[in-house]
Amino acid sequence: MLLIACPNCGPRAQAEFTFERPLASIVTPTETLPDLIHKLFTRENPRGPSWELWRHTYGCAGWLKVHRDTHNHQISAVVPVDMETPS
Amino acid sequence: MQRYSALSLLRGGLNGQKSWQRAWRDPAPKSHYDVIIIGGGGHGLATAYYLAKVHGIRNVAVLERGWIGGGNTGRNTTIVRSNYRQPALHNLFEFSLKLWEGMSDDLNYNVMFSQRGAMFLGHSDSDMIRLAERGDAMRAAGIDAEFMTMDQLRKKLPLLDLSDKARYPIVGALNQPRGGTARHDAVAWGYARAADALGVDVIQNCEVLGMDMVGGRVTGVQTTRGTIGADRVGICVAGNSGQVAAMADLRLPIESHLLQAFVSEPVKPMIDMVIMSQSIHAYVSQSDKGEIVMGGDPDLYPTYSQRGRPDRIEGVAGQCIALFPALSRLRMLRSWAGTTDMSFDGSPIIGTTPVEGLYLNGGWCYGGFKATPASGWTYAHTLAKGEPHALNAPFSLDRFETGATIDETGSGPMPHHR
Repeated sequence: MLLIACPNCGPRAQAEFTFERPLASIVTPTETLPDLIHKLFTRENPRGPSWELWRHTYGCAGWLKVHRDTHNHQISAVVPVDMETPS
Repeated sequence: MQRYSALSLLRGGLNGQKSWQRAWRDPAPKSHYDVIIIGGGGHGLATAYYLAKVHGIRNVAVLERGWIGGGNTGRNTTIVRSNYRQPALHNLFEFSLKLWEGMSDDLNYNVMFSQRGAMFLGHSDSDMIRLAERGDAMRAAGIDAEFMTMDQLRKKLPLLDLSDKARYPIVGALNQPRGGTARHDAVAWGYARAADALGVDVIQNCEVLGMDMVGGRVTGVQTTRGTIGADRVGICVAGNSGQVAAMADLRLPIESHLLQAFVSEPVKPMIDMVIMSQSIHAYVSQSDKGEIVMGGDPDLYPTYSQRGRPDRIEGVAGQCIALFPALSRLRMLRSWAGTTDMSFDGSPIIGTTPVEGLYLNGGWCYGGFKATPASGWTYAHTLAKGEPHALNAPFSLDRFETGATIDETGSGPMPHHR
């Protein structure tokens, strides 16, 4: 199980969190139709590190940006959703 | 191919088991094939077998990164059933179930298909309404489905907790008597051996590293054992579909998640059918060795680690013990995990792609094993004709953008629904 360091609550077990979607798949109201379809229905599905959107559902309920490796499970950053991340 | 029979067993017994030949050859890759199938799981091997048998296309290679039976084919809970409500799904899975019924004879390989019955439990009035609708839809399509009353359940499964005080009270069930289990390794080995006998090259330890493209058309693959040309290339690597499709610059409606399974120590026969609950999402059966095989929800986040969350083990074990309290006395023997292609509607993708010469079979979520023969049959048709069979036409790659999703659970377009 992952140990995720919530910026509000500190390190907590993955059981308290919910994975939402890749950060690149967040849809904004200004998308063009092809971009919208691409973001809604396709995934890079990387085997390696990428930014993801998680929620500390059973903790502070805050939305978080998590930089995580899907192969070795290393988490290199967890920041609140309103904080800028390198693209 | 040396045929297996009672006589060959007897002969083996009398000559110290020295008369057996290897089940399939170990060929070096040729420079060019009519069809290359990437992925030597049950689905890929079945595809090669039906390409050779049904369509007469025998210049075929199956490329497997590891070894036959080492991937998801050997990691599932071996359940076979066709009790789906939506026509596109139950048509495909019922076609599959009919192929399962003749598979051991067809392949001359005992896949130990055991039609012991597969049952969905109902825990509430609304569950029973849902199960009745499902049963009606199945019977209208000519598929076997029968309601089980509490008295029938008591007689059939005396160890099931049918009391009012049960953690998950049971009020009835929907049974598919023709459902059951099969030995999953034998399915892969049987298809590999039968395909090999028809001239298919089953090439193990051969990882695909890239695709050769000329003018937007796939002309072959680069592998750890050299470059191999092909007229048509079929991806059949569920779990890693996104990685292989990316070699041809394709992005898929798939996330790779992880599904665990567990077995207890072996015990004498105590559960003689497949018991599933859709409401709590646990499934239990007993293997022919006597182990209790258990599974539940996937781990619900993207990972390629093949390493499961311990809290899921605890959750599934708790659900199974609540259904069968006697299981609390057993020790867990093993747990393992497989990488699953989670599609956006819970249904697979079998068909053509925007890249010429490239075909896709994937997105099986956590329900691909039961479809092995039908997946191979329809994918072979698609690869041979260049267009889908009627059974897999609804499972196209473009159905998400056109809104024609096949969403059995009605849970909407997210890959980690269940």
